This record gives sequence, structure tokens and C-alpha cells, in this order.
Amino acid sequence: MKASNALWTEKLAGQMPEDLAREIEIFENEISLRKQGKMDERVFAETRLRRGAYGQRYDNGQRHDGKKVQEIAYPSGTLTKGPNTLWDAPGMQRIKIPAGGLKGAQLETLAELAEEYSDGIAHITTRQDIQLHYVHIDDTPAMMRRLAAAGITTREACGNAVRNVTACPLAGVCRDEAFDITPYSRALSKFLLGHPDCQNFGRKFKPSFSGCAQHACGLASMHDLGLVAVKRVESGVEKRGFQMYVGGGLGAVPYQAKLFDAFVPPEELLPLAQAIARVFARLGEKKNRNRARLKFLVHDLGIEKFRELVLEERRNLPHDHRWTEYIETAGAEAERPLRAPGLVPEATSPDFQRWLTTNTRPQKQEGYVIVTVALPLGDITAHQLRALADIVRRYTKETVRTTVEQNFVIRWVSGADLANLYRDLHAAGLAAPGAGTIVDIVSCPGTDTCKLGISSSRGLAAELRRRLGEKSFEQDAAVQNLHIKISGCFNSCGQHHVADLGFYGVSRKMAGYAVPHFQVVLGGEWDSNAGSYGLPVVAVPSKNIPEVVTRLTDRYVAAREIGESFREFIARIGKAEVRKLLDDLTRPPADSSDRSFFRDWNDPREYSLGDLGVGECAGEVVSSADFGLAAAERQVFEAQLALEGGDFAAAWQTAYQSMLEAAKALVRSELADLADDPDEIVQEFRARFYDTQKFFDPFVGGKFAHYLFAAHRHAAALPTPEKARHLIEEAQLFIEASHNCYNRLATPVSV
Amino acid sequence: MDLQHVNAKLLVRDAEAVDVERVIPVFHGWIQERTLEEILLDVADYRHVPAGPGVILIGHEANYSLDDAGYRLGVRYNRKAPLEGSAQDRLEQATRAALRACNLLENDSRLEGKIRFDGRNLELSVNDRLLASNNDATREALEPEIRVFCARLFAGKEYSLDYDREPRRLFSVAVKASEAFTSDALLRNLAS
Ligand code: SF4
Repeated sequence: MKASNALWTEKLAGQMPEDLAREIEIFENEISLRKQGKMDERVFAETRLRRGAYGQRYDNGQRHDGKKVQEIAYPSGTLTKGPNTLWDAPGMQRIKIPAGGLKGAQLETLAELAEEYSDGIAHITTRQDIQLHYVHIDDTPAMMRRLAAAGITTREACGNAVRNVTACPLAGVCRDEAFDITPYSRALSKFLLGHPDCQNFGRKFKPSFSGCAQHACGLASMHDLGLVAVKRVESGVEKRGFQMYVGGGLGAVPYQAKLFDAFVPPEELLPLAQAIARVFARLGEKKNRNRARLKFLVHDLGIEKFRELVLEERRNLPHDHRWTEYIETAGAEAERPLRAPGLVPEATSPDFQRWLTTNTRPQKQEGYVIVTVALPLGDITAHQLRALADIVRRYTKETVRTTVEQNFVIRWVSGADLANLYRDLHAAGLAAPGAGTIVDIVSCPGTDTCKLGISSSRGLAAELRRRLGEKSFEQDAAVQNLHIKISGCFNSCGQHHVADLGFYGVSRKMAGYAVPHFQVVLGGEWDSNAGSYGLPVVAVPSKNIPEVVTRLTDRYVAAREIGESFREFIARIGKAEVRKLLDDLTRPPADSSDRSFFRDWNDPREYSLGDLGVGECAGEVVSSADFGLAAAERQVFEAQLALEGGDFAAAWQTAYQSMLEAAKALVRSELADLADDPDEIVQEFRARFYDTQKFFDPFVGGKFAHYLFAAHRHAAALPTPEKARHLIEEAQLFIEASHNCYNRLATPVSV
Repeated sequence: MDLQHVNAKLLVRDAEAVDVERVIPVFHGWIQERTLEEILLDVADYRHVPAGPGVILIGHEANYSLDDAGYRLGVRYNRKAPLEGSAQDRLEQATRAALRACNLLENDSRLEGKIRFDGRNLELSVNDRLLASNNDATREALEPEIRVFCARLFAGKEYSLDYDREPRRLFSVAVKASEAFTSDALLRNLAS
């Protein structure tokens, strides 16, 4: 779209690394071929995804405007950039930032791109990437050139590839780390980028590094490849190494990574990662995307077999000098300060004091401080990016990193400079206090821009932030330090599984209308590298979620035992009690003339007018399917209670029964006299809803039906705690999908 | 110089009294009613970002916003698609579009007259650093065009130009009329 697009090639000639320049040229040619109809749309979709160019909501050219579905008449007409994805529809550009590290000039480049090609905002993701939204595909090669000239690539930012290598943003300055993992994370990122062994995956592959086991920074246990720095003494000599974890991941059903090796020395890090990539490429699922992540391969093979295969692969790998050559120079890249160390000043105002308390922490190097720049919803303007570039140049040697909590950290700030730095951040609107506290809410893009979003995660996050911000400093310290994380759907991009209070978007029908809801997810652990995952407790209408937060935190303050964490508190009172506490919030308001309840946060459109056809004026019409689905929800909750009580066999059976109940509810909407026999339920469900694809979700197809089929096949199994837990997650998703299927079928299509 | 991607922002008066949230349903309404000739897509809410882009009506050819960049609240038109015609045509198109949007907001009963052009302040910028770097050469090249345009816009009345000289920013000039105009009056001036 930009008139200047073609001019950037010449302008930046010689300023881009050759390989990146060539990559971008290839992509530009592919754009031309696609426009001429000489490249298949599916192939083009994968090629653009591998360059970080994603689709965005409404890119099929249709949007429900609150009254009707409008067709968007783009000038390029029916030309597509992927299946069902129109050429002119704005997209999202993801930009990989390895270990989150940026320099001043790179911040300035990002500012320029946000301004010229996007909407003036750069967004930090939960994997330390930067995303720009509302970008036209024709603008992407020019953007990529400008990034390449600044030493940044978008290559393999999306698609079935090795994604951004994330790393603890405090690496090298943290008091608790075993050692600085930065050079190792960079080496792995560089080594795997475009590596031939990483080009044939069935799904994405996410690596992460952490400097220690106890904190959350690296979130090792939720990554395909998680590396935690450790040291051990061998023959009196201290050696560096990594605990290597594999097969973790959030997504619809989260898996904790398994320990692959308790001590991998640095010289084995890259070759082992390569061997893992080769095994994943060779044996990982390719046809069924829904089972193609490494976690499924590790789960299916078992960690012992997987390890055996990887080690065999490792033995056969031809030597590569890159495996070790970076190690000799690893220390040389270490960051240094710009300014002399100094003492942190006395606070001169309450605002400064608050900011000092929540947004700064001492480095392991005496006299230096790590400063967190807390960004609301991970958003920063182009002007602020330039101001940040000035600030990091003024006070540091441009040592700034993005974080998985969607903030920036500035490292190596002299304590003596804090007052001036605070003043400068304040002038740029970047001195919000509350970093890492309950107001520092993490959220995925949700319905704002994501095609899969069900509820407005950002809208909810903004509302919670506003409400909690008003009283955050009067709050009990234990509440202040809780983490809230929100995803717009079950896919967990907002990492809701590892929050104290997690939410993910679902929809429910109430009084004949679709109403945006969030599942309340409790029991997750952020620390210990995302040590445990929470489970959904109950779905609550979106507009009641702030009250959910208030009730849960109030109860925690009133009833917690000394030193009891929120997770421990929830485990002690039990999910049944939590559900009782929230029960009235699950119901629609008595006065249904208040239409705001039927809309999502910051979106005045009726959530789904398609549902108007059912029971609008006739009061609440509850079908037998509604009852059946409600019973299924109750059962899956009972399965959780059984899990909580340590009765894994009952948890397994009840979760399975809940799936049968949901399937039965759907089948009975067509076949009233269906018997209660599980075989018959599954058979009828398969014939009527799976084979006909009526159950299929527009984005994940029949994925959730397979959960039922598998559970039915293994109905008599003796489950491990982990398997019982997974089945509960799967049952929850199957029930959600049944709700959605029923809503779709009950809804007249509005055009 | 190929002057493309012109932005025009009309500052609003009593900015503190404006509740930016209230523009969200109005922008959604413009999409529903297809109020403007351009293709309108969605509404993005950035009220949580200090001195940010506020609330944006995302379009295909252009974005409209109630923008708070620099803590200067105004109705902004951000032209994205290239445009045929002369530099004068493009300056006029962007300014006219901003005036029209401002006019619609001024007259929208849901906003109760809270959004009003302040009568004097217009910011023009070019959202493309390669076509128009923020330097003296661009200022020299564009000033004659801007003066011709402003003479028409303000019907020969006096005005001043104040350039933003920070080289990293977009080429941008703040235009201040010596007397107050309504959005209607400025639209009439451009039509004559
Ligand atoms: S969690 Fe769902 S809504 Fe949020 S970004 Fe991921 S896929 Fe989209």
C-alpha cells in the first residue's frame, strides 16, 4: 500500500545481511507469483507465516457489525493470501526478538514501522516478540527490509518452525541465577534459524531458557524445549550445564515438560537440540495438526523411548563446528554498565516510592538496578519507543529487553540515576507503577484482532486494570502480588494456566442470546518456571468477571492462613466452595433489558445477533440439549473434585461420562429416543455430528471429537494422575465445542 | 516530491471534558451505516496508552481516530492508500476527510456536542519517511505547497506554521489560524 515500498530495496542495499536480503527478495517474488495466480494459496499461506505475516480477524471479508454480517468489498476482490483470507485484509506482523534483547536503534526502527505500516502501536507478546497489527501484506517486504537493516528478522516468527527463543530477561544481572544464559540462548536461536533439520515440522517448536529453577522467568516447563541453568562440581571444578526439559506446552490441553537430562553441558546443548529437532521432524504427527506438537510425541512414546531415539540420533549427527565455537567467546559479549554504580535515592514523592517498590530491583552487581517499564496490555506507542531509545542510551549501554509479562526491563541502571530515569520515563508516560503485581495483567489479543478469539481478553484486562489500579495500593500485600492472565479462547496465548487467577474466553447461551463468558481457571503456579497448571472451575459471564476477582481476593484476605499462597488457599477451601462463592455470578441479570450484559467489554455490538431467533420474547426457552450440556458441565466439575481428592480413577471415569453426556445432548437434539448405551451414543455422535462435520469448528475442525473417541476407546483404562488431569481438560474442551456446535445449529445464519 | 500518505489532525477544544470512550459506539455506527465512502473495518481502543492513538476507526484506505498523541486530543485522518493527483489534491483530500469526520462527531447527538474543533489548530504530517524525511529539504520543498493550501483553507486569513524539527519523527507541521473557524466554514472554503 505504501507508495515508497519499491524504493526501500535500493535505499537499504548493502545495509542488510545478505541472507536476509535474499530471503526477503524470495518472499517478494512469491507475493508477485501469488498475485499472478501462479502460486497456490495454501503454499503462500505457509510461506508468509514463516515470515511472521499472520492473518487477522475478519480477513475472510466478513464482519458482524452488531446488526448484520457485512461483506467487505476490498479492491483486490477475491484474491487471497491463504484459504479464506483476502489479500487486502489487514494482517498481523510478528517480529522475533531473541531473548527479548533490543538496542536503541532497533527500538527506533520499530517505532517507524508501527507508525508507517500499523496503527502507531507496537505490542509485546507473551513470548517476547513484538507484533504490529493492521498491516497490509504488500507492505511486508519493505518492513522486513527495514528490520533486516536494523539486525532483526521475522523469519520463522510463525508457521511450523522454531519460534522465538525466549530467555529470562534478567539473565546476567539476576541474584538468583546459576549463570548468564544469554549467550547460549542467542547461539541456539542463531543455530536453529533456517536450519535444514527444522524445516519439516508438523507444528511449531518453542524453546526457552531460564537462569534458575525457582522463578518464573523462563517458564521452562511449558515449552517444547526448556533449559534451566545449573552448576555442578566435577573433580573439584565447577561446571556449567542445563537441565533440559522437553514436551511442555500450554494450548488447549497443557502438558508439563518432562526432564530429558538433568545436566547437559554447553557443548552438547546445540547438538542435542538438533537431534531433538530431527526426531520431531521424522516422527512428529504431520496430518493431524491437533496432535502435532512435540508434547504429543513425547507423551505417546514416553520420555524414556524419546530420549533413546534422540540420543541415537545425536550419535549419528555429523559434527558441526557451530556447536561449540560460540562457547569460547560467550563471556566476551556480557553487558557492561555505562555509568558508575550508585546508591538508590530516598523517594521524594509517594508516586516515586510506589514505582521504586514495584518496578525496580537490585542487580547482583552492587550499585545497579533493574527497572521494569510496565506497559498497559503490552502496548507502547511509536513516540514512547523513541523516548525509551533515548533513555536507554542516556543511562545504560542500551541494555533493554522485552519480557514474557509484556513489559520492558532496563538493566544496568546506576542506583544514583534512578530519580532522573524515573523523571524521564514519567515524561514519556512510561512510569506506571505496579510491575509484576495484580494490575500488571497479561492478555492475548483476543477478539480485538485474533481470528480465534471468543471473548474480549484485552477489553477485560483493561477493565480489571482500571478497577484494580484505583485501589491497588490499599490492597493487602498478598493480593497485590497475584498474577492475572487472560486468553481470548482455550488456546492459552495469554498463559492463563499459570496464573493465580486465569481466565479464558468461552460463549454460553442465556435467555436466548449468546453471551461472552470467561472460564475461571484456578490453581496455576507462575513461579518455579510455571510449576503447575490451573484447571477451569466455572464459566462466568464476561461482565461479572471483575466481581469474581473481588470475591476471590476478598475471601483470600479474610480466610487465608499465615504464609498461605493463593494456590494453596484455593486447594484448601476446594473448588466446590469456590463454585458456591461464584454461583450467583453465573446467572444473567434479573432485568434482561440491560443489554450491556450481552455485549463484550469495550464493544458496543450485540455479542451475537444470530441468537436473536431463539426465545427472544418468549422468556427463557431451555431445550433438553441445554439441560444435557449443563449436566455435562456439572460432571466435569465433579471430575475435578475427584482429582482434587486424589481419586484419579473416579476423576477419569467422571470426565469420560461428562463427554458422553455432552455427546448425548447433541444426539438427542436429533434422535430423541437415544439409549444410554455409551457405544450407541458414540456411534450416533460420530455418524450425525462427526462424519457430517456438523461438530466441526471453523478453525480446529473435528479436533475435540477425537477426545471423545479416544476416551471411549480407553474407557476402562487405569489412569495416572497426569492422564486423569488431561482427560478433564479434554472433557472441558469437548463440552465447550458441544455448546458451540449446538449454538451454531440453533442459530439462523444472518447475512 | 511525491506527497503521499498525508495525515491531518484537527485539535478539539476542552479536551479534558471529552470522554473518549463515547466515540467507540459512534465509530461502530459509521461502520454499520457505511457513513463514509471509504471501506471501514473495525474499531481499535487504545485508551489505556498515555498520549496514544486513542480510539481508531480502522479503514482500508485510511484510519480515522480521536487521537491523543502528544496529549493533544484531535480528530485525525491517516491516509494509508496512495492517491492520484497533485500535492494540493492530496492535502485537500486529507484535510477535508478530517473536517468531515470532525463535523460528524460535532453533530452526533450521542456525543452531546462535547467534541468540537477548536477553530484554529490543524496538524499536517506525512506518514512516510522515505518520501518525506523530517529535514530541511522536505520543509523547503513542501512549504510552498502548504502555503498555497492554507491560503485556500483559511480564505486568505493569516496563519502560522510551526514545524516539528525532531528528525526521527514524521514530517509534521502545526498550522495555527489567526482567527477561529468552524469545521463547516473550512469545508466551505475548500469547496469554493
Ligand atoms: S488465546 Fe485464542 S484468542 Fe488469544 S491470541 Fe491465542 S488463539 Fe487468539
